[in-house]
Amino acid sequence: MSRLQIHDVSVRYPGMNGGDTVTALSGINFQIEPGEFVVALGASGCGKTTLLNLMAGFIQPSDGYLTLGDSQVSGLPRVAVGVELNDQITGPGKERGVVFQKHALLPWLNVLENTAFGLKLQGVGLKERQARASEYLKLVGLEDFHHHPVYQLSGGMQQRVGIARALTNDPRMLLLDEPLGALDALTREVLQELLLEVWLQTQKMMFFITHSVEEALFMASRLIIMSPRPGRITHDFSLDFNKVFLETRDARKVKSMPEFIAMREKVLGIIHGDEATNGGAH
Amino acid sequence: MTKSFDPMDSVDQLSRRSKQNDRAKTTMLHRFANLFAAGPVKPGESYGAPGQGKSLAISLLTTFILIFIWYIATQLQWVKPLFLPSPVAVVQRFWEVATQGFANATLIEHTGWSMMRVFSAFVLALLTAVPIGIFMGVNRIVRGLFDPIIEFYRPLPPLAYLPLVIIWLGIGEVSKVVLIYLAIFAPMALSARAGVKSVAIEQIHAAYSMGATRWQVIRHIILINALPEILTGMRIGIGFGWTTLVAAEMVAAQAGLGFMVLNAAEFLVTDVVIMGIIVIGIIAYLFDLFMRYLERKLVPWKGR
Repeated sequence: MSRLQIHDVSVRYPGMNGGDTVTALSGINFQIEPGEFVVALGASGCGKTTLLNLMAGFIQPSDGYLTLGDSQVSGLPRVAVGVELNDQITGPGKERGVVFQKHALLPWLNVLENTAFGLKLQGVGLKERQARASEYLKLVGLEDFHHHPVYQLSGGMQQRVGIARALTNDPRMLLLDEPLGALDALTREVLQELLLEVWLQTQKMMFFITHSVEEALFMASRLIIMSPRPGRITHDFSLDFNKVFLETRDARKVKSMPEFIAMREKVLGIIHGDEATNGGAH
Repeated sequence: MTKSFDPMDSVDQLSRRSKQNDRAKTTMLHRFANLFAAGPVKPGESYGAPGQGKSLAISLLTTFILIFIWYIATQLQWVKPLFLPSPVAVVQRFWEVATQGFANATLIEHTGWSMMRVFSAFVLALLTAVPIGIFMGVNRIVRGLFDPIIEFYRPLPPLAYLPLVIIWLGIGEVSKVVLIYLAIFAPMALSARAGVKSVAIEQIHAAYSMGATRWQVIRHIILINALPEILTGMRIGIGFGWTTLVAAEMVAAQAGLGFMVLNAAEFLVTDVVIMGIIVIGIIAYLFDLFMRYLERKLVPWKGR
């Protein structure tokens, strides 16, 4: 089985106008096991998105490296390798699907074509790629919208297309960059449940970024809390509220469990503590 | 109660009849007024962006009024026909030039020559400026090569480099087409380049994370994203083409709308001058309408 491993990774940006170097991430050691639903939570500027971009391969680390799969076995893709590791540097790839907050669908393609786009890039024939795309559109509840232009859909439906599109490539992991951040509260809860259902059915590794503490606790099998300046992981919790939901199918009940509320207060305390110590700097 | 004449009945009937009349009148009036109304307001947009609604009827009315003023001014002889001939004279002249010709060519021939020059320059520019603009957008070396050239000559009026084009290429068709081509090239190339730059980084990232190669990203994301701006560039470019036409036909032309206008001006045949201007304007406008139609068909997702 393949895990994603992050080995002592730092990311530094040169400062603006010759100013001090900005350390976006510092000394991250972290791994995601197969089947885990990891949620990253933290205030703005704590490096959540930088971490996701590293995993996706959109940026390269200044120090350290990432591997997907067992790094001892040759031939498996290495993600954004910053040091020499058989001189192989892999950028983004189809084994890591990404769901963005917005603006990532292609407005000139309809729902089905957007979903089948990755397979088209890989040269899969029209019939097969549409068949596979429609499977995943059914999974996200869009089986009746194949031929709609994506720009006519609501925000929630657009994100369903984004999720189906990432899944159609059958990636090993899904990277979700605040995918529900731009949605209204009701749609957001519906899609939270949908994502857990997708996770249950596909058993993909998930890395999910959010600003919402409640969402983080509800979705995560593992919650990491990040802290800014320099961006680093400060807390790492194992949670099972998502499993309780998948057994009971009652989100309201899960979110009002005393354990859930206690955990929420604890996490809020941690984040507000961060803001109290770091917020004074500017 | 016996059935008798009830004054209230007839008053009722009267008022009903007059109301019907009123309604007929108001519908006529309304229909006319509706031509000038803004049209249905989208729900929730009563306080939306200013300037929305249809304007076709107002434009038609403006055109009609202008022509009417023109007609009145010439009919009452406020201006001499040498400076402004009447619209009737212009229409008559249109028919005369169309059937008998002016300066050794009929109107069809003049128009044909001009369209040949403008459209061959347009096609040449389309084949060269769009690829170069795209390459300027995706490749820093190509951008470095072409940027100083385009940015230097773009603000120059074509009349300024016309003599040089004639010294280099002679007074034949080539120099005319090249002059128009140069005028079209810059706006088209810059639009294509801007179109490439307008792509959202999320779309590029999404394509890469679905396994796209660099070439596939250019072909499937960047090129299609640039299409609306390329079409806008074509519209602007052809406009520059018509603007440059008269300059191109200033030297040693035997036919052409620009030549016809210049030649007529030399002999003070003002009605041919005005007729030529109107013909150029109508052709350019029709082509613009066609481009807008293409835009709606090809890029309905523009701005979404």
